[in-house]
Amino acid sequence: MSNDAGQEKRIPYIRLRNIKKSFGHVIALDGVDLDIYSGEVMALVGDNGAGKSTLIKIISGVLNPDEGELSLNGKTFKHLTPSKAIELGISTVYQDLALVDCRDAASNIFLGREPLKAAFFVDKKRMNRESEELLRRLKVSIPSVTTPVEFLSGGQRQGVAVARSIKLQGRMITFDEPTAAMGVSESARVLKLIRSLGDEGFAVLVISHNLHHVFSIADRICVIRNGRLVKDFRTENTNPDQVVGFITGSNRYSGEYKEENITA
Amino acid sequence: MKRTKIKLLPGNIFPQLLLILVLLAMVIFLSVASPFFLTWDNLRNVFDHSSLYIILALGMTFVISSGGIDLSVGAVAALSGVCMALAMQGGLGVGISILIGLAVGGLVGAANGSVISLLRINPFIVTLGFMSLARGLALIITGGIPIYGFPRAFTWWGSGHIGPLNPPMLLAAFMAVLAALVLNMSRFGYYTLALGGNEEALRRSGVSIHLYKIMVYLLCGVTAALGGLVVTARLNTAEPLAGWMLELDSIAAVVLGGTSMKGGRGSIAGTLIACLLLGILRNGLVILSIPSYYQQLLIGMIILSAVIFAEVRSRKGLASTHKKERSTAV
Ligand SMILES: Nc1ncnc2c1ncn2[C@@H]1O[C@H](COP(=O)(O)OP(=O)(O)O)[C@@H](O)[C@H]1O
Ligand SMILES: [Mg+2]
Repeated sequence: MSNDAGQEKRIPYIRLRNIKKSFGHVIALDGVDLDIYSGEVMALVGDNGAGKSTLIKIISGVLNPDEGELSLNGKTFKHLTPSKAIELGISTVYQDLALVDCRDAASNIFLGREPLKAAFFVDKKRMNRESEELLRRLKVSIPSVTTPVEFLSGGQRQGVAVARSIKLQGRMITFDEPTAAMGVSESARVLKLIRSLGDEGFAVLVISHNLHHVFSIADRICVIRNGRLVKDFRTENTNPDQVVGFITGSNRYSGEYKEENITA
Repeated sequence: MKRTKIKLLPGNIFPQLLLILVLLAMVIFLSVASPFFLTWDNLRNVFDHSSLYIILALGMTFVISSGGIDLSVGAVAALSGVCMALAMQGGLGVGISILIGLAVGGLVGAANGSVISLLRINPFIVTLGFMSLARGLALIITGGIPIYGFPRAFTWWGSGHIGPLNPPMLLAAFMAVLAALVLNMSRFGYYTLALGGNEEALRRSGVSIHLYKIMVYLLCGVTAALGGLVVTARLNTAEPLAGWMLELDSIAAVVLGGTSMKGGRGSIAGTLIACLLLGILRNGLVILSIPSYYQQLLIGMIILSAVIFAEVRSRKGLASTHKKERSTAV
């Protein structure tokens, strides 16, 4: 793997080494090495079925890798669990958003972290107030934090999911296809939000199909193909055509990747 | 912000409002049809009978809200009652015997929940299995013969007096208040609804879904055992075949009360009103001397129309609210 960024002195927030994962006969990840840094937006791009979602699920503890290890805070793990990942500061905005549709925005934002009063009652007032503040800070506008999220638009739901991951007090936030199925102005809002998280010092990992979006927010672009990380660019050192070449496999000048262009 | 609240609030309590209207209509009709209906003796009778259904339906509301179902509650009520009776026969005190019965209910509930959650097996099948298992156990340990004659301190739970009321009514009322607080305001309630809404989202939030699912079924087992206490104490008999079809009655009341079979939404108030409605219906049919075969038929029709009505409404409601919300969004 070539890394044309001079990052030797910085310590990555998370370091993945030789991550492998298969589903039956399907090899989803075939030995991935990846370093993700704080204050940086890293985009992970690749064709459908390349293994992007699988990688994010391993980072967030939803899936266990078959091989390889993850290091954070000077500790090395064979695998994580969702609660372990949250504890380590990793929060994830999943492709399916993982929202409870019939519950309101405040309940979703605080899911699993509800504040209590009198040791028994959920402090709903505080949840509503803090949710409103947080959504305002993120510039996400929704009709009310007491509206069930099934009534919200795609961008608003994304905003709620982002607010939840920030509420988990994560230091790293990962996004799986945050702008899929979203209108132009909504996408622009969400992209701005993601960029601002990078500027606030979060380690940000974002998966996207849309190279235009990727180039507008990412500091680094990593290409994954057939379960392998085939290229790691600084955004300023590349262009969309070159990235497309690596996604489809038609660009073989690095010499390492001879396999046929069979993309799902 | 205000506008949304006004729009959503009636939608949320609409099924319960309708239920209250139907209840009122029935009360008016029955009081006109029979002068006996509105007497305190008769109403007391209705409350007394409804209390058993309420106690069981409260636990069932949690299970259905969490996206599950529990078919074993009638059999668990019988098994718990039988265990209380055997404990007392064996010379144990009333209090400890009742606790043993409740523990048996909780144990069967926890077993239900464990198999469903840990092995990921359909709750319908698992609780069907435990229904048969609990009923079988109740028959085996009694040899199929009812057990009679308990101390006064035990029968008090079924036929005692507390002012104009009796213990089952007060137990039902107390449990209903408790259930409403827990379902709507506690973490356990939040996670019960989240389990029904999106179990995977709850898991990814780092919450142990096994723990909460098992607790939901455990709770339902305990309410079933409380039902067993009431039945056994009221009849002064532990009957291994008690609580026959009680699971269907409580599921019917929960669904009629507006709790979603898909999970994620549950209404304790709705369950309470539905239990009273079904109680008044049964009472009314008796007062009007309509044969009991028709009771089954009528209750079936009411449940079907309630479920169909709720489904059609939620489909329409969702579609139209969605459009409005989107057009005003961002
Ligand atoms: N739970 C699963 N069971 C079986 N196969 C899976 C599962 N999840 C992913 N896969 C397979 O693994 C490969 C990578 O999937 P994924 O990570 O979702 O790709 P991407 O997100 O890049 O589109 C695909 O071939 C997909 O079909
Ligand atoms: Mg994906």
